[in-house]
Amino acid sequence: MSGVTLTKAVKKYGDLEVVHGVDLTVEHGEFCVFVGPSGCGKSTLLRMIAGLEETTDGQIAIGGRDVTAVDPADRGVAMVFQTYALYPHMTVEENMGFGLKMNGHPKAEIEAKVSEASRILKLDQYLKRKPKALSGGQRQRVSIGRAIVRGPEVFLFDEPLSNLDAELRVDMRVEIARLHKDIGATMIYVTHDQVEAMTLADKIVVLRAGHIEQVGSPMELYANPDNKFVAGFIGSPSMNFVEGLASSGAVVVPAFGNKAFKTDLALPSEGTPVTVGVRPQDISIAPAESGAEVDLTEQLGGVAYTYLICPTGERIVVETKGVEAPASGSQVWPSPAEDALFLFDAETEKRLR
Amino acid sequence: MADRSRFFRSELAGPMATAHSRAAARFMISPAVLLLLGWMIVPLSMTVYFSFLSYNLLMPGMEEFIGFTNYEFFLTDPAFFEALTNTILLVVGVLFITIVGGTALALLLDQPFWGQGIVRILVIAPFFVMPTVSALVWKNMFMNPVNGLFAHMAKGMGLEPFDFLAHAPLFSIILIVAWQWLPFATLILLTALQSLDQEQLEASEMDGANFGSRFIYIVLPHMSRAITVVILIQTIFLLSVFAEILVTTNGGPGYASTNITYLVYAQSLLQFDVGGGSAGGIIAVILANIVAIFLMRMIGKNLEA
Repeated sequence: MSGVTLTKAVKKYGDLEVVHGVDLTVEHGEFCVFVGPSGCGKSTLLRMIAGLEETTDGQIAIGGRDVTAVDPADRGVAMVFQTYALYPHMTVEENMGFGLKMNGHPKAEIEAKVSEASRILKLDQYLKRKPKALSGGQRQRVSIGRAIVRGPEVFLFDEPLSNLDAELRVDMRVEIARLHKDIGATMIYVTHDQVEAMTLADKIVVLRAGHIEQVGSPMELYANPDNKFVAGFIGSPSMNFVEGLASSGAVVVPAFGNKAFKTDLALPSEGTPVTVGVRPQDISIAPAESGAEVDLTEQLGGVAYTYLICPTGERIVVETKGVEAPASGSQVWPSPAEDALFLFDAETEKRLR
Repeated sequence: MADRSRFFRSELAGPMATAHSRAAARFMISPAVLLLLGWMIVPLSMTVYFSFLSYNLLMPGMEEFIGFTNYEFFLTDPAFFEALTNTILLVVGVLFITIVGGTALALLLDQPFWGQGIVRILVIAPFFVMPTVSALVWKNMFMNPVNGLFAHMAKGMGLEPFDFLAHAPLFSIILIVAWQWLPFATLILLTALQSLDQEQLEASEMDGANFGSRFIYIVLPHMSRAITVVILIQTIFLLSVFAEILVTTNGGPGYASTNITYLVYAQSLLQFDVGGGSAGGIIAVILANIVAIFLMRMIGKNLEA
């Protein structure tokens, strides 16, 4: 068993606290993704698990063993870095075998493990090359290979795909997903790209400013976000937020022509502003005399994203299917599906349930 | 030199370069090239010319062509081999001290500590002291067997003071020269150290490499290019060490601290034999070139790519 457990983990740089008492359990064999905007502490948290950053307070356990004060090499973790961090003067083979060599494994064993890893990652023909002679994707595969060879209990990925181009990123994403299926080890993956998070994760941890905002499976977070931040962060394009006013058993939304949307949720007192969230695909538009002005349309082939300016001045995005996109400057009538509205407290940004 | 010519070629043969612009470029760099060429050719050819003359300053107007006799005398002089050995010892000794010491200092200075900026400037300071001054300071304030600091320290411990310049003249000069060049090596090696990717170190740390292994497998290979630069540049200057010898030992006792440069000086200005000195100078040039070829062969490939 090699789950990872954080108990009230705190990280301070001097007086500045960047990770505020994080409690988290990653089950054995789980693919856990830390996601959040830059500076939210996700990389710091990962480096604390790796042992590269000292944990100021709290406890980190891997496989039930308290490793808070253990050296990185003895934690049973391997890390894949954003910049690959390959050793430039060593061949691919030496790079992958370095960890075992440092721990005094016999040559034959190192060779066997390296060839096994290179088979999994299809690196056989590059074993004698130096990293300089490899493409970005190949380098990242070597970096993953270096992690595999050490046979760790937990794999840590620190934004491994950020330095790759868009196409390669999709390929590598699939490869990492396949790797997780094959090896079945616990993996913790840091990214700021919510698409990577959605596609790879068994469990997503959304972080903001050193706090965990919500933990759950991708679809849980998508369908049932706890607050406005998670709702806006998960899903692409992100959720639209417009202002609404609570009235008895309904919410009046000025942006959608003052329409009242009925709801069973516990609303605040009448006249209190609430934030209304609608996903772009839950709004349909129809040509109209008045309503919202079309700012511009992005055609992606299968779908199009239409950017609207509501009469209230709020901007929303609508996903439309089909070839016909409304012309820029024309008027359309946006009508969101009534059961697809998310309501948030305007003050605390918490979801109204 | 190989690198430089490649640089010019790629500059000139770029996609923008036409035959016309290439010619213009050659024309524009020609004054600099001609000036450098003249600067080198005139003294060199005069030296070559003098080396074939019987030319003694005590007998002006008696110069006559004597063929290779000057070379013969210089090369068969027992002092020549001693000077050659001393030159090699001096270069190798100083290189060894500065590279080992420079690496160690660079590793220390790379650590974060209070007053880092000032300490770094202090470390570089010896490089700004001119060779004669630093040699005199060492000679009179440190190594002097009566008043020197080392003598006081020895006496303080109840030992007999050691007369460095009399009993270990070459070693003393190696120490003085190494002290002068240590800052240079430290500076270059420190910048190399600072350009090392921290993630590589972290990765090796996670791979279980301890400090020693990290140094051998990650840090040292990364610094190899900088070490090459230090060796190349220092060798050029160390072959011509002169002032330190002049103000401390005058090449003595005997020839114990005479290097080729000092031997050439002694030949031409102490024995007034300009012809013999010139022959020695030409031999020094040839030796320096042999060293340069070997250096470029052995470590020059480190500089490529």
